[in-house]
Amino acid sequence: MLNVFRSKPKYMSVRREEPEPRKELPDNLWTRCEQCGQMRYTKELEKEQFVCRCGHHFRLSAVQRLSITADEGSFAPFTPLFAADPLNFPGYPEKLQAAREATGMDDAVLIGEAAVEGMPLVLGIIDFGFIGGSMGSVVGEQLTRGFELAVEKRLPVVIFSGGGGGARMHEGIFSLMQMAKTAQAVGKHSRAGLLFVSVLTHPTMGGVYASFASLGDIILAEPGALIGFAGPRIVEETTRQKLPPGFQTAEFALEHGMIDMIVKRPQMRATLARLLKYHRRRVKK
Amino acid sequence: MMPVFEWERPLVELEARIADLRRFVSTHGIDCAKEIAELERRAEALRKEIYENLTPFQRVMMARHPKRPTTLDYIRMLLDEFDELHGDREFRDDGAMVGGVGLFEGTPVTVIGPQKGRDTKENLARNFGLPHPEGYRKALRLMKQAEKFRRPIITFIDVVGAYPGIEAEERGQGMAIAQCIEEMSFLRTPILCIITGEGGSGGALAIGVGDRILMLEHAWYSVISPEMCATILWRDSSRAAEAAELLRLTPADLLKFGIIDDVITEPIGGAHRDHAAVGQQMRAFIRRYLAEISKVPVDELVERRLARFRAIGKFTTERMPSNA
Repeated sequence: MLNVFRSKPKYMSVRREEPEPRKELPDNLWTRCEQCGQMRYTKELEKEQFVCRCGHHFRLSAVQRLSITADEGSFAPFTPLFAADPLNFPGYPEKLQAAREATGMDDAVLIGEAAVEGMPLVLGIIDFGFIGGSMGSVVGEQLTRGFELAVEKRLPVVIFSGGGGGARMHEGIFSLMQMAKTAQAVGKHSRAGLLFVSVLTHPTMGGVYASFASLGDIILAEPGALIGFAGPRIVEETTRQKLPPGFQTAEFALEHGMIDMIVKRPQMRATLARLLKYHRRRVKK
Repeated sequence: MMPVFEWERPLVELEARIADLRRFVSTHGIDCAKEIAELERRAEALRKEIYENLTPFQRVMMARHPKRPTTLDYIRMLLDEFDELHGDREFRDDGAMVGGVGLFEGTPVTVIGPQKGRDTKENLARNFGLPHPEGYRKALRLMKQAEKFRRPIITFIDVVGAYPGIEAEERGQGMAIAQCIEEMSFLRTPILCIITGEGGSGGALAIGVGDRILMLEHAWYSVISPEMCATILWRDSSRAAEAAELLRLTPADLLKFGIIDDVITEPIGGAHRDHAAVGQQMRAFIRRYLAEISKVPVDELVERRLARFRAIGKFTTERMPSNA
């Protein structure tokens, strides 16, 4: 894997080395594709950015995503923040601890300054492996700081969202309010005339989708990503209707006019680079 | 007949006995003043005991009482004149979200809120008060109209959540909510939000970004409904009462957390027992808070609104020892 961290980052919130094997990702030599069932040689799959021949996009950890997105040595992460437990919610500290051990992250977002093909930006990546990539106070605060820094330095922002649960239930009303806080951070950045590209990866639902992730100037999605407000099971139970095929997939969102384009993983970095290039301030020659 | 909760049954039975005794007195001319006074005293004590010790889930049930005043009830009680304005100008008119313009004590205001039905027929027409994206787009349209004419906005919030339906998803429920939240945050006009019943997650927050946020005594506001929370935690929605305790969704909790600014007391036994009384109480609060936010210069108002939400969140810069 490429080392995308700057050689001497001020703060180190994420391990430099390969993340520990994750459940949904290969923990041995061979990996079975969830979609086509084929066994694939893990090393080979990694070279193909965890996209199966059948087109299935495996879920990536934030560190893996960073390594295929940012320029080598360009990433400088923000000061780490840690979740408090404002409601004394039973089991939450243990859940946080388990998530930290499983992902090597402090909370569900990896965020910092980075560059893509030499163009500077603020890059945020939500990791599904950390309590479903849910947004609590830490994620809300870090994203907000990201947009604020971007306003200060006049930088574009790219956020990869992938949070199954949306808001983090264990932080109750505080997590709900992060929807407002992040939406407002986007709003200020937008009103400063700056670019926000929101990339929706599998799955982007609930409070994450119903706040900052929906507010990109340009919204991209990976093929097959689940995108929506209410979870499909809730929709099925409430309406007692059979869900149409492909309901709430990226393709469904594109067809209904909710996103700008679907970008396959191998083309994502180049696509982001083009979008950043279109929005660069004109430099006098 | 007014639906009765299990926990208030002893009180309701006692009240019925008092009423019976009074009837008996008036038809037979027998003096039972002493007995009545004694029963009244017991009823008063019971009332206090029951309603001052409600569990969080009992409050949730109060907030859902079918006779609780709805948005249109508050509009009827509080505005001198009102015209409902319909439609999102894009798709259709969503009956689950109402809004319009009227006069509050002579001042033009825009009022918006989800609307539950009184009976099955009305509930079907209003989709049980669960708005579709076009409901939120209507709300946003009316809010922007208010901004244009520099009218204060009052939102009455009573919604268990945005509707989780196929068409709602097709038309961008998440996006409609996000846009409401974002645009409301920057509106250059005073906004007063009042959670009157259920404050269910993003569907409530979508019309809940204001300069003052008030809450009725028996309302709740949470990231998730107690039932859904119980389903996630224990795969058992019948444990909603336990979940309600965990979520800290009562006005007292939210006041302590600094999420809301004030609590509007309800008549003893809940708003459904005396609409006029709660209306009167609410009028006083609206008068006071509307005056307060209306005199703030609009630039400062928006700045303060943004700063308020910017400050919300609980985290540390050091890993807590208990979490280490």
